[in-house]
Amino acid sequence: MIAFLLRRLFQAAIVMLTVALISFVLFNYVGDPINAMVGQDTSLQDREKLRQELGLNDPVHERFARFVGNALQGKFGLSYRTAEPVGRMIMERLPATLELSFVAAMFTLLVGIPMGVYSGLYPRHWFSRVLQTVSLIGISLPTFLVGIIFILTFAVLPKTCQHGLVIAGVTLIDCDFVNWFALPAFGRGDVVNLGVWTTGFLTGAGLKALILPSITLGLFQLTLIMRLVRAEMLEVLRADYIKFARARGLKNRSINFGHALKNTLVPVITVTGLQVGQLIAFAIITETVFSWPGVGQLFVQSVYSADIPVMSAYLCLIALLFVAINLAVDLLYYAVDPRLRTAQAATRAA
Amino acid sequence: MLFETRRLILAGGAAVALALAAPLGAAPAEAQGKVFRWANDGDVNSMDPYARNETFLLAFLQNIYEPLVRRDKKSQLEAGLAVKWGQTSPTTWFFDLRPGVKFHDGSAFTADDVVFSLNRAGGKGSNMTTYFSTVKAIRKVSDTRVEVDTNVPDPLLASKWAQILIMSKAWCEKNNAQAVGDLTKNEENFATRNAMGSGPFKLKSREPDVKTVLEPNKEWWDKPEHNLTEVVFSRIANAATRVAALRSGEIDMVYTVPPQDTDTLAKDPNTKVIQGPETRVVYLGFDHGRNELLYSNVKGKNPFKDKRVREAIYRSIDVEAIKRTVMRGQSYPVALMVAPVIGGYMKDLDKRPAMLKPEEAKKLLADAGYPGGFEVTLDCPTDRYVNDEKICQAVVGMLARIGVKINLRAQTRLKYFAQILLPKADTSFWMLGWSPAATFDVHDVFINLIQTPNTETKKGQFNPGSYSNPKFDELADKVQIETDVKKRNAMIAEATKIYVSDYAYIPLHQQAVIWAARKNVDLVQTSDNSFQLRWVKMK
Repeated sequence: MIAFLLRRLFQAAIVMLTVALISFVLFNYVGDPINAMVGQDTSLQDREKLRQELGLNDPVHERFARFVGNALQGKFGLSYRTAEPVGRMIMERLPATLELSFVAAMFTLLVGIPMGVYSGLYPRHWFSRVLQTVSLIGISLPTFLVGIIFILTFAVLPKTCQHGLVIAGVTLIDCDFVNWFALPAFGRGDVVNLGVWTTGFLTGAGLKALILPSITLGLFQLTLIMRLVRAEMLEVLRADYIKFARARGLKNRSINFGHALKNTLVPVITVTGLQVGQLIAFAIITETVFSWPGVGQLFVQSVYSADIPVMSAYLCLIALLFVAINLAVDLLYYAVDPRLRTAQAATRAA
Repeated sequence: MLFETRRLILAGGAAVALALAAPLGAAPAEAQGKVFRWANDGDVNSMDPYARNETFLLAFLQNIYEPLVRRDKKSQLEAGLAVKWGQTSPTTWFFDLRPGVKFHDGSAFTADDVVFSLNRAGGKGSNMTTYFSTVKAIRKVSDTRVEVDTNVPDPLLASKWAQILIMSKAWCEKNNAQAVGDLTKNEENFATRNAMGSGPFKLKSREPDVKTVLEPNKEWWDKPEHNLTEVVFSRIANAATRVAALRSGEIDMVYTVPPQDTDTLAKDPNTKVIQGPETRVVYLGFDHGRNELLYSNVKGKNPFKDKRVREAIYRSIDVEAIKRTVMRGQSYPVALMVAPVIGGYMKDLDKRPAMLKPEEAKKLLADAGYPGGFEVTLDCPTDRYVNDEKICQAVVGMLARIGVKINLRAQTRLKYFAQILLPKADTSFWMLGWSPAATFDVHDVFINLIQTPNTETKKGQFNPGSYSNPKFDELADKVQIETDVKKRNAMIAEATKIYVSDYAYIPLHQQAVIWAARKNVDLVQTSDNSFQLRWVKMK
């Protein structure tokens, strides 16, 4: 077990170094950060001097070695764009991304699993077909489009309400009521600062602001989970032990949820674990559309200004996240699947 | 389960009906205090007024800090922290300071703060050092008077320093921010995130890239024209979201409006578009210097060295057509390298020569030795100026008619500038834009864009095509130190004629500054795209 863990950690370290190296080489192609830093009439000498001071003229391997050396001591330097410490910039924005990803994951599971179960239990029912079709939209529409449509429908449209719902001269729903439902088009709303963590969970405006971005972010995964659960349900329901349970005269509810769903969830849990990493890493588009102040948006802005210190730190963070998740999954498999252990014993014996 | 489903569908139907019943119309203007919320595509990159020499940062920080001499609604100089200023000799400037001014922390503003700030702005780590190139010494004469010696006569010093905002010496020293933050060190400078000046607004809170909140300074020395109780600035990077937030009333003003949305916002009964010409002139430049043109099929010579070729190209580009089609009317064609609001603009000379017919242009090319035209590469940024790439595409089409085949190489600005600008100047034909916002004077354009490049004297540093005319250089040098306005203008006129008749550059247009706001907001737009909160009124 210890050997396994050490081997995995060693591999993880190599992955991290490789990611850092590749990103460093790529930074040579994002353009000249100096041009993003100085005013138009800064003299060529001053530009060159700044480039020299920042060590941008050094060869890639030297800069890389310096970066790794500093990163190991937890130093990521100052942002070229804002002159703020990179570590703090990322830590300040991380809660926003994590909260968004958490809510999106919850949405995915709480809506996706019931949808999957329903369409698995009644595959031919018309409503299952509706769910199937709707879920297709989740995969086929690009995230930014979904986001913009949401903003127009739930943020702009209610605010442009003039008469509300008027039928035969009677106002059934007035504009104040409609406005009450309007959601914010951008930002996190009001957040509460808990020292190292800022949260939007504790205020009404903060919770309201989470609705549209988390649905947008979770839509793709929702489809994935729903289809996975549906396929698994169909599979499991054909299994012999379900038939046997029916023969024993158990109630439908107990068969569907007690036996079938429970057995379906094993792959779902595995996939969900991996998807959480995806949600965090790929929140970039959703964050950009909703101006959500998370790490993804920070990364996009850093690309625009060739802010190399921030970009390197971000990419390392994401690499770390994926490495950590994969490591955890590997360890779980190791614990769950006895075949892995026997395989190892077999090689040792041979 | 079925019953549940039906209820769900009913609810969904009701929601759709509701959405349809909500017509696009005027919402009653909400009177929620006088909190003014506005947004831009990028954040103010720092709270330090010398960290960046960029319009947006300097304009924003002018709400908190103030310059000695500030610009009024028409971009003319007026008294700021200095009540009187001028020259006691060609190389000495004086500034008489306003008495009784208090910083936000209640401390008094004195000559020490001015001397400290000017040294900080001209010192290490500052991005404002270009404004100090002529400065020899800065000294305090009394508590209310500061004098500055320059190496050479500098008639524009006061004008340049309208960009230099004054900080408190005591505050900087207390917080260990005597110099601008050093990027090579691993520690943050206090002034990067905090601000304390003497201006009309105080910094209340700041979350970088998210929200910056200002509140009015009740002790301000000037009479406020605004009626705001709080100002919230947010960054909304995505253009569509920014426009949506304005339409939904979540924000009151948008600083950068995407050109394609101006029509929608102008038609919306709740919003208005404020637009005017910007001081920046967008132009095309030729390689006058190399003996063989890069990225071209012409070998052994450079067609752009021949004035007839430059004329044929200049007079085949239809700026009015670009304005009509590409710019949707949002540009102001020019024939000079400076805009009308800039000092030294020569109205009489701002006339473009008539367009040539394709055969006339072809004849010019043939006379120059290129009867079949030639092929060359046009370099273009994709994200720097309004519709930059599309303008270049239009130019490609226009020049195809006279047999000049253009290969377009468009790239993102950070890569673009590194390639185009000196010392590399790896280009034959390119697009740039320039605004002499530093001095509001034509000499800024002369010395940077048109004079012969020279690394020693720092002249012609943004003249990658190495255009060089000794007569022009001589005049530009004289313009720099001439303090007699009449003589100076005569020289400017002569110099302007030289570069115009040489077809040194192809000025295209001033792009429009486009802002949008809710109908209940009154504000002042200046041609240097500087948005000042002190002129904002909300009904």
